[in-house]
Amino acid sequence: MNTSDILQQLPYSKPFLFVDDIVSINENGSEGTFTFDENLDFYKGHFKNNPITPGVILIETMAQIGLVCLGIYLCEGTAIKNIAFTSSEVEFLKPVYPNEKISVVSEKIYYRFGKLKCKVKMFNEAKELVCMGTLAGIIV
Amino acid sequence: MNREEIIEKLKPIVEPFVNDEEAFANLTDKTNFITDLNINSANLVDIILDVEDAFSIVIDNESMEKMTDIENTIAIIQTKQAEK
Repeated sequence: MNTSDILQQLPYSKPFLFVDDIVSINENGSEGTFTFDENLDFYKGHFKNNPITPGVILIETMAQIGLVCLGIYLCEGTAIKNIAFTSSEVEFLKPVYPNEKISVVSEKIYYRFGKLKCKVKMFNEAKELVCMGTLAGIIV
Repeated sequence: MNREEIIEKLKPIVEPFVNDEEAFANLTDKTNFITDLNINSANLVDIILDVEDAFSIVIDNESMEKMTDIENTIAIIQTKQAEK
């Protein structure tokens, strides 16, 4: 399964797709990138006259690249009906501003009984660690 | 391993995921992980992986689906240990 197949199988679309490219993927992990377009709707309100990417959106981005892309890869072409986000424990170290390009690196902890748990890190273009944590999702 | 030995080893594995402390304090064979202990069903996977390590066994999909209460969990651990 190649990276364009995976991107095509992602169950998201704009304005809630937070994956541009998959840089690398194998059975142990995934790496991908996303650029936060300054016109994304949430910047109008987070914060007033001071746009900063919300932490929940950073978590979603980590989950889409680190869990969902990897999960699709691990299912090897089997159609996935429904997925659910089951847990996240994330620390935030730096803000992400509009038009920043980030990369997400995910490392599989386990994939058993339909549940995928990963250690996920996000870096900015200066290669600084933006946020990191442990995320898990399940196929339902 | 007998029932008591298994429960002794099982309790610290389950405890971090318990959301009903009272039901956990009054644990019986019939205690159900989800309906009694209010454990998030996704966390059952973590419990089962810890059970595999603690008892040096491998749990297959079919057994996993049966591991919903204390009684069945003890039975499966005993069966898997006997198979070794």
